[in-house]
Amino acid sequence: MSEQAPLLSVRELSKSYGARRGCADVSFDLWPGEVIGIVGESGSGKSTLLACMAGYLAPDAGAVVFDTRAEGPRDVLSMSEPERRMLARTDWAFVHQNPRDGLRMGVSAGANVGERLMAVGARHYGQIRAQAEDWLERVEIAAERIDERPRQFSGGMQQRLQIARNLVTGPRLVFMDEPTGGLDVSVQARLLDLMRGLVRQMGLSAVIVTHDLAVVRLLADRLMVMKDGLVVEEGLTDQVLDDPQHAYTQLLVSSVLQV
Amino acid sequence: MNDYNFAYLDEGTKRMIRRAILKAVAVPGYQVPFASREMPMPYGWGTGGVQVTAACLRPDDRLKVIDQGADDTTNAVSIRKFFQRTARVATTERTGDATIIQTRHRIPEAPLSEGQILVYQVPIPEPLRFLEPRETETRRMHALQEYGLMHLKLYEDIARHGEIATSYAYPVQVSGRYVMDPSPIPKFDNPKLSNCPALQLFGAGREQRIYAVPPYTQVISLDFEDHPFVATKAPHACDLCGDDGSYLDEVITDDAGRRMFICSDTDHCNSRRAAGHVGALTGDAA
Amino acid sequence: MITVRDVAKRFTLHNQGGAVLEVMADARLEVGPGECVGLVGASGAGKSTLMRMIWGNYRINAGSIQVAGVELAGAAPRDVIALRRGTLGHVSQFLRVVPRVPTLAVVAEPLRTLGVDVAEAESQAGAILTRLNIPERLWPLSPTTFSGGEQQRVNIARGFVHPWPVLLLDEPTASLDAANRAVVLSMIGEARDRGAAILGIFHDESARAQVCTRLVDVSGFAVAA
Repeated sequence: MSEQAPLLSVRELSKSYGARRGCADVSFDLWPGEVIGIVGESGSGKSTLLACMAGYLAPDAGAVVFDTRAEGPRDVLSMSEPERRMLARTDWAFVHQNPRDGLRMGVSAGANVGERLMAVGARHYGQIRAQAEDWLERVEIAAERIDERPRQFSGGMQQRLQIARNLVTGPRLVFMDEPTGGLDVSVQARLLDLMRGLVRQMGLSAVIVTHDLAVVRLLADRLMVMKDGLVVEEGLTDQVLDDPQHAYTQLLVSSVLQV
Repeated sequence: MNDYNFAYLDEGTKRMIRRAILKAVAVPGYQVPFASREMPMPYGWGTGGVQVTAACLRPDDRLKVIDQGADDTTNAVSIRKFFQRTARVATTERTGDATIIQTRHRIPEAPLSEGQILVYQVPIPEPLRFLEPRETETRRMHALQEYGLMHLKLYEDIARHGEIATSYAYPVQVSGRYVMDPSPIPKFDNPKLSNCPALQLFGAGREQRIYAVPPYTQVISLDFEDHPFVATKAPHACDLCGDDGSYLDEVITDDAGRRMFICSDTDHCNSRRAAGHVGALTGDAA
Repeated sequence: MITVRDVAKRFTLHNQGGAVLEVMADARLEVGPGECVGLVGASGAGKSTLMRMIWGNYRINAGSIQVAGVELAGAAPRDVIALRRGTLGHVSQFLRVVPRVPTLAVVAEPLRTLGVDVAEAESQAGAILTRLNIPERLWPLSPTTFSGGEQQRVNIARGFVHPWPVLLLDEPTASLDAANRAVVLSMIGEARDRGAAILGIFHDESARAQVCTRLVDVSGFAVAA
């Protein structure tokens, strides 16, 4: 059952900020359809790692090999900028913690969803709009709100709009940075259910960075625990959470309120 | 008036601007930075266009200056006087007689010909600024030809107004490569940008950019397959010369709501009237 | 289908001075197709620990556990995930679901993961919920709002909605009334008779007597404190 190639292979990825370690020697494979969670407290290096993988930060060393549709596995870090940007708006998606970082607040919801389509060459207004309506409904936003601006939406709706905007081009890999952060608990639940459904329907692979262990328990197949820029433990999600081996993971798990 | 160097600018500056112009011609639609000088007029009065004109002028040139198509408005008159004084070149109001035409917000109605130069005054050269305020990012988008954002603007227009409501400064793509702001000309004039026998130069003084459309270059107005570009004008004929194919200004004539439509291109209108054409207010009524 | 050999388990409590608890050693067990093996032993003897090692959420410190030929000691996460998807079913004591997801979708989810389309998955989920006496008016609601007994039946429905060849049952009949208990026991019996290998913890002796083909006392695996 392991004959497929991994969709993403991260190899010894390291990034320092001067003398301070951002993340060091991180390696892992992500297979198609798999969701990996990266947990750790603030400053553990999880966001640095995500930014390095997604191309927002240039790592000092390492490789991020993605299995491209056209040419098979390629190191994203050695791609040319146009190739990398093309990848970022077709096969990759990035869901920011703050929807304001991931949305264009000055244009309508429909334009937000349609942007990636237009960026890859869609030039038929009616079709772009139809796809935008379809995606709004898939993320449970009423289609008649298509011409409203994101400002008029609640936080949960903005986050769902961000997801629609990212998934409209049918990406294969989604990076998520604290996707449920800043949302009410009941809104989080709806978002989690939505993401689970989309991951399954679209066969998405995802990398989710969060400090919320409840989120990864429900969404992630696998878990990496980071501390001080290093991966201290990794494995099956319920194994890491139910039988943590590393002192830090034990502390992290025991610090969570049981619900 | 030998106190001024020919056409006001010193020769070193003109050489610098000419180099920018040559680069702009070589890369159609690309915004070439240049070291814009202080000019003896405020920004917004055509400082970019004036510098481009100054760098192109020769003593035997014949200059025409128009503002919204008219030769007789303040901006046009003062720039024309400026060059009469600093370069002592001949001036004309006849489009066909001019070798260099500096324009604000219009392309003349009369077809331009080879050898002519049309110089546009440009307030904001960056067509992507509406949605992406970071200059570093818009330059990268031009470099990588990532122009999805332009269509985003048109999408918003249709979503909001049912059609592409942008009626001036309508974005174009030059020679299949760079997306360009044609300056705030009405979209009625956009088709004249393409395959034009004259050289078209664009100068933005405050923003320090020069760009160009060389003669006979394809210029396409951006649109959607199901919402194609349409060059529009007021659905009237000129009340003075009767032309129903030229771009019109609407003029309010009293406080009772009376109005008239007249050609915005004064030379075009005058030439037609001299040739005997009449409009609704100049025919039987006159 | 389940083979446990010389398995040991210890916990190292780093945050309590690095205390090491040896909880199990030399555990051995075999469950074949069509068998239903009941784990017995005093509370704390390690029944649940052994079940969790077989389910894969506890690491195995020594020895070998194979489920349907897949070695779990040191297994890659994705191999465990694949095993759980189609081969290894589990009914735990606790229902862990995304809040606000309808009961019908919760029960249908394992089938959806296996690629069954929505209509078919929900129709099978509906059938099993009906059999477990969860009225249809509750199906659109999230089970997090249900009573303990109802939650337990939703959990059982989820665990039986697909004919997994290997089943782990952790107190499936606890907190059920007599009628529902009888339904669950007959479902276990049917699974056993279709050839599933079942390993369970049943505190209820008569339930044990009704479905188990064999009992294994885990007290012998416990490490004396």
